[in-house]
Amino acid sequence: MPPDSRLTKDSPLTTYLAHLARGELAYQFSPSAGGAVFYPRVIAPRTGKADLEWRVSKGLGTVHSTTVVHPQQGEPYNVALIDIDEGFRMMSRVEDIAPAQVKIGMRVKFRTHKAEGDEPPYPVFTSAEGAA
Amino acid sequence: MNGLTRGSAAIIGAAESDIGAVAALMSPIDLMAQGIHRALEDAGLTLADIDGVFSATTQARTSVMSLLEYLGLPDAYTDSTIVGGSSFEIHVAHAQAAIAAGLCSVAVIAYGSTQRTVGRRGASPREYNPYETPFKPFLPATAYAMAANRHMHEFGTTREHLAAIAVAAREWALLNPAAWEKKSLSISDVLNARMISEPLTVRDCCLVTDGGGAIVMVSADRARALGAKAVYVLGCGQSITHATITSMPDLTRTGAIQSGAQAYRMAGMTAADIKVAALYDAFTINTILFLEDLGFCPKGEGGRFVSGGHIAPKGGLAVNTNGGGLSYCHPGMYGLFLLIEAVRQLRGTCGARQVANAETAIVHGNGGVLSAQATVILGNASTL
Repeated sequence: MPPDSRLTKDSPLTTYLAHLARGELAYQFSPSAGGAVFYPRVIAPRTGKADLEWRVSKGLGTVHSTTVVHPQQGEPYNVALIDIDEGFRMMSRVEDIAPAQVKIGMRVKFRTHKAEGDEPPYPVFTSAEGAA
Repeated sequence: MNGLTRGSAAIIGAAESDIGAVAALMSPIDLMAQGIHRALEDAGLTLADIDGVFSATTQARTSVMSLLEYLGLPDAYTDSTIVGGSSFEIHVAHAQAAIAAGLCSVAVIAYGSTQRTVGRRGASPREYNPYETPFKPFLPATAYAMAANRHMHEFGTTREHLAAIAVAAREWALLNPAAWEKKSLSISDVLNARMISEPLTVRDCCLVTDGGGAIVMVSADRARALGAKAVYVLGCGQSITHATITSMPDLTRTGAIQSGAQAYRMAGMTAADIKVAALYDAFTINTILFLEDLGFCPKGEGGRFVSGGHIAPKGGLAVNTNGGGLSYCHPGMYGLFLLIEAVRQLRGTCGARQVANAETAIVHGNGGVLSAQATVILGNASTL
């Protein structure tokens, strides 16, 4: 086997960003670890197996914790940790409501914040209170 | 079980460099060297005695290399483990192991920072993280704020509980001539201060100062032969559970549970045996989490535990008697100052803030965003 046949074609981040550009929140699942893995990696934590499978989340989650950052200049804004229903946690923000209205336990839904200039796309959330 | 022997090594010298706002154009290595000079004087040794050098700072990528050049010690054994503010508690364990293994016999552990002079961004530039940076968390404060909000949600902890920690630290600082803060502080001062990342105001956050220092470690036998004012290493432990707040396994339970358990096991002690607690208070929530995780009160009770002046001077438990990172000094990686204060308490040299019958101290370092937890239990000769 020529040595470069083992070279990885796409990094975990490249695959993740490609999904985001399509409006999808992707994560990995490891059979050996028995659960979701996030952030995306090349091997699974704890088991060390290269058995990571890409999956696409339904995009629903719950606010695990939240804060309002008060910058020295500019408006206060939200930063939150979101527990996604498929079993992983990520940092993001909840948009379309006042930052102080974001509460622990609130149900939220994913959408892509589109790429702007050199900045790649990233996932943000909106309230899904009252939805399933 | 970590392979280290209770009481096999001792700290025989401890000193700060200049702290607070240091002279213009002082370098972090200048401050390390100044701390080493003063710590050696305290130990009754000279530079020629040193054969082990341990150091960390955010401002020099290869600080131990710079320090060996500066000191002219090409043959010294070295360790530059860097995991944030708790690096120095880990250095104590590594120095104890190196001394026991014969890799060195007189170790210095040094730190220096000019964070106040060069600015926080200049001293500790943030690495880009594609999964966090787009959301502009104001790190590290935002990470601790989210742990605090979770603790409030789960256990009914209040902003007044958090403020009580800042007030206790300030009361201790007013007894410490070396402390940065010189004015009294009330609960309402803390609550009404400028908000940084809710629920933490600027008074819930550590100071931004310059500073450095060093400690000198030798074997217990060497300490006795030197007739030194020795403080013995009774227990060590570490647990590094995550690097980013997103990956912290549980926002209200830190690796101090594991690092503390390792240190207590090695020391043959529990929280009930501890007279002085030096807990890394980068933010007020830290003190609550570490009091709980190190067994001073049950999980969730930390807020009520610190109320009513319980950790202030004349309270039930002496915590952060130098005034802490909140009111004494915080140049970015505060862990070395915890060790210096514990040594002084166990030697009985703390003057107005001296804790009566201080025979045992727990030193708990924290690095990153509640990430790298390291515990050291120290005792004077009566505890051997």
